[in-house]
This record gives sequence, structure tokens and C-alpha cells, in this order.
Amino acid sequence: MTAEQTSDKAIPLTDAGTAVPLGGQKAWVKLLSAQSFWVSVAVTITCVGMWIAYPRAFGTEENFFNITRNFSFIAIMALGETLVIITGGIDLSVGSIMGVAGVVLGLSMSHGVSFWPSAAAAILAGAAMGLVNGGLVSYLRLSAFVVTLGTLSIGRSLALAISNNKMFYEFGPDQALLLNLGGGATFGVANSVWILLVLAVLLGSALKFTAWGRHIYAIGGNESAARLTGVAVDRVRLSVYMLSGVLSAIAAILMVGWLGSVTNALGLTYELRVIASSVIGGVNLMGGEGGAYGTIIGSVLIEVIRNTLNMAGVDPYWQGTFVGLFIIFAVLLEKVRGLRLR
Amino acid sequence: MPVLELRNLSKHFGAIEALVGVDLALEAGEILGLMGDNGAGKSTLVRIIAGNFRPTGGEMLIDGEAVHFHKPAQARDAGIEVVYQDLALCDNLTASANIFLGREQRRGFGPFQWLDERAMHARARALFAELKSETRPADLVKSMSGGQRQAVAIARTRLAQAKIVLMDEPTAAISVRQVAEVLDLVRRLRDQGMAVLLISHRMPDVFAVANRIAVLRRGHKVADKPAAATSPEEVTGLITGAIRAA
Repeated sequence: MTAEQTSDKAIPLTDAGTAVPLGGQKAWVKLLSAQSFWVSVAVTITCVGMWIAYPRAFGTEENFFNITRNFSFIAIMALGETLVIITGGIDLSVGSIMGVAGVVLGLSMSHGVSFWPSAAAAILAGAAMGLVNGGLVSYLRLSAFVVTLGTLSIGRSLALAISNNKMFYEFGPDQALLLNLGGGATFGVANSVWILLVLAVLLGSALKFTAWGRHIYAIGGNESAARLTGVAVDRVRLSVYMLSGVLSAIAAILMVGWLGSVTNALGLTYELRVIASSVIGGVNLMGGEGGAYGTIIGSVLIEVIRNTLNMAGVDPYWQGTFVGLFIIFAVLLEKVRGLRLR
Repeated sequence: MPVLELRNLSKHFGAIEALVGVDLALEAGEILGLMGDNGAGKSTLVRIIAGNFRPTGGEMLIDGEAVHFHKPAQARDAGIEVVYQDLALCDNLTASANIFLGREQRRGFGPFQWLDERAMHARARALFAELKSETRPADLVKSMSGGQRQAVAIARTRLAQAKIVLMDEPTAAISVRQVAEVLDLVRRLRDQGMAVLLISHRMPDVFAVANRIAVLRRGHKVADKPAAATSPEEVTGLITGAIRAA
């Protein structure tokens, strides 16, 4: 924002209304005030620094492959989380949904069912849990935090019950397909990364270019205004919780393929990393702000930090501290940006 | 024929009589200033017209035909738009996005519909030009002055091609410098043939724009006369009860 736009001087009433240019902020001002830009800078600096410090370890194709694959699962879940948070809600159950979907997939495939019906069942399970979250939040107006805290617990217990606390590692006739989908690569890039890119482009475009996306931002900006202007607030809100469930299930399928096995602990505590990715990427927990690109770059930053600490020989016990510091730093940055707007 | 006519309208909340036998008529191209102290029934009246409340008794007519609103959407469909005191804007969206919120222009085929940003910006720009406001369609509402925010809320009513615009305290929460700007916007709505019901506490604002002034006191209409035939002193007396009726 420029100083001129924030000053509240009376606007001269002239007849030149038609001559007013399209307006909007200058592109570079917009860029500098975007959190995703600063996170991208941080990622670039860290990567360049690591490249110079550990050229043989960090700068390898193999490490690049590892980093991109590792963040792709979290980033896919974070895309859904971002939609939910933009509406002013939160989904704490993403990790548990991942567990349920993974166990459903494992159970089905280990009984000899082929990949696609099993994947469909896993996604359906994710959608159903999203439906419960979204239905309770939208139509019964319950707090998103409490509802998804409840389904976090329910989902984890369901995963235990469905799997009967067994590990699945035999995936029937389509085992190769599953393992390749989650662990394989196409053109030197992990398959899960390609899927992340496709989903990110789809959701990013939907957010920016469709009425549905516009309404998601409107609900987070001023819910009662959205309601008054006739936005189908409850339906839109239900759809984002369901989408969050579906994306967690897709991440679960890919992750099971990568790990080659699944237990009921799949996705345990992932909600923290998922929410951290969104927040670091510039999604405002109060709602109304954020985007697909920021979310991905947020999850990239977390993974790059982990990778860096590993290579620098820092005790892995300290990883959580660093990630936590970045979350707090991200919120501080948001505060500073907010002050400049005023 | 008046665009909006209220006949013997009453509203009770239990034992409390919020409105008692109110008659009110509003013509196209007219600004009616509705005044009264807190609790006099102004907000109740607005909410009945906007479809938020149903009257306990009496009739409401639009273009001479009786209407019964069960929800605000029906009032909107009948050509009644409300500019709320808090303006009902999304700060995180642009001016143009706010104007078109809930009725976005789209293009595409079948289920693939995307926002026609160019058309919406052009229309928003035309609406602002009509209102002679220099608000820019692509600016975020959060970076706008109070007057510009009003322009956005008012442009929304223009887009809806409303016949009747209810304005609830439009000048209450903005700086003195911007009041003139908002009053200009109100006059422009009138010039375009809309009927404006202006609810306000601010005597000078009402006298600056209203053709006619009606006063409510304890749910009764105690005055309804041309602005030129009354004075701020008389209206103050009517509001407080020092003058019983006029």
C-alpha cells in the first residue's frame, strides 16, 4: 500500500471519473508485501547457502528428489487446510483422516481388491470425514476447532479399529502400481510431486478465477456480509472441509505407496506440520488471506530446514524447535505487514 | 403513486410496542429523512421494510401492490437494497469484487465457469463514474477511506437496479471531511430516480439532503413534512417530545 492510498483525504468529486485508471497496487509493492515472496527468498538463500557449504551432499539430484518428495505429501494436505483456514476455520483432523484413508486402502488392497476401487474407497472415507466436519461447522454452527479436535480423536481410533492394530504391507495384485505411484518418478521428478503440482494449479486457479474461490475469501473476510449478499456460505464452507478430507486421503494413498506399508499411526501429528506450512506460507489464521503458492513454499521451507539441520549435523531433537521458531517468525512478519497497511 | 407505502404499520415485541400505526409514503426521486431518538422505532421500521422482521399489523405496498416478506432475499428481489451501517463489505476483497459479491459475472461453458474480471471491473468503473467517485475497482477495500467504502456499498445498490434504498446511519462512522462526499452520493442516487430512506441522528446531514423529514417518537410518527417547512429546532423538539406533533 502506498501512503497516498491509506490517507483519508476527501476524494475530489470531479467529472473525470471515467479517466481514472484501472488502479490497484503497483506490482512490486504487492510483491514486497506478500509473505510468500519473503518465504521464497528465505528458501532460496538457505538453498544457495547449503549448496556452497555442502556441494557434494546438498546439491545432488538425489537430495533434490528427496526434499521435493518429502514435502509433497504435507503440501497436498496443506492445500486443503489452506482453503479451510481462508474461510476462517481450521481442520485439526487432517492427520487422522490420512490415517483412516491409509488403513482403508491397505485393508482393501491386502484383500486382493485392485488399486482404483481401493483408492476410491480411501478417498470416499476422507470425503465422509470432511462431510462430518463441514456439516457440523456449517449447519450446526459449531466451532471448527472443537469439531475437528473431536474428529481428530475419532479418526485415529477408527484407524486403530479398522486395522485391528495390524500393519499392511502386502497389497495384492496392484502392489507394483501403488508402490510406483507413491515411490516412483516420472522425468526425474517424484510422482507425488507431479500430483501436487497438478492439484496446486487446479486449486490455485479455482481460488483466483472462480466464484467459488471468491466466496471462500469473502466468508473469511466478512461472513455476515457474504451472507447478506446472497453467498451460499454454508454450502461453500461444507465443500472446503470435504475437499480437505479428500486431499488428505490422496496424500495418504501416495504416502502408503512410498512407505510400502501402512499402520494406524500413518499421519500421526501431521496436522501440526500441515497448519505450519499454511501459516508460514502467508495464510492468515483469522481468515480471508492466503493462496496455493504460499502454502507450497511454506511446506518447502519446513522441509529445507529439516534437510539443512540434518546435513549440518544438528541433533534431530532440535528440528521441532527450529520449525516452531519459523512459525512464530511467520506470524510476527504478518503483524509487521499489517502495521504497514494501516 | 408512491414506490413504497406503509399503512397503519405496527410491530409488537411481547408487551413492547415498537411501532404503532405508522403511515409512510416514499416517492421515486425523493430522499426521506427518518429521525428519532434511540429506541424510537427507526431500526425496527427499516428491518420490516428490508424483510428481517414481519409486521404485527398493517400493510406494506410496493408500486401499489401489497407485499409480505418472509426473508431479506424477497425484499431484495422486490427492488429494496439496504446500505448497512457497517456497510457489509469484505475488507480483503477489491471494490469490484465487493460490488459483485454473490452475483459475479462469469464466462465459460457448462460447468467450467470463471470470473469475468474484465467485465466486472468495467461495470464497477462505470458505476463509480456515475456516482462521481474516484474509487478504483481494483483497490482493496481495506486500504480505502470511509467515503470510498460508502461509494462501494452504494455502487452495489446501483448494480442491483434497486427502486428503494434504505441507508442506516451512513454518516455516523466517518470523518467530518467525508460526510460531504457521502451526502453527494446520496443525492446522486436520488437524481437517478431512486427512492432513498435516510436514517440518521445527524441533523445537519438530514437537512442537507432530505426533501422531506419524518420523525418517530416511541413508535409513533409525530411529524412528516417537507424539509423546507421545518427547522432543526422544531425537529429536535419533536424528537425529544418538547413539541408533541407537527
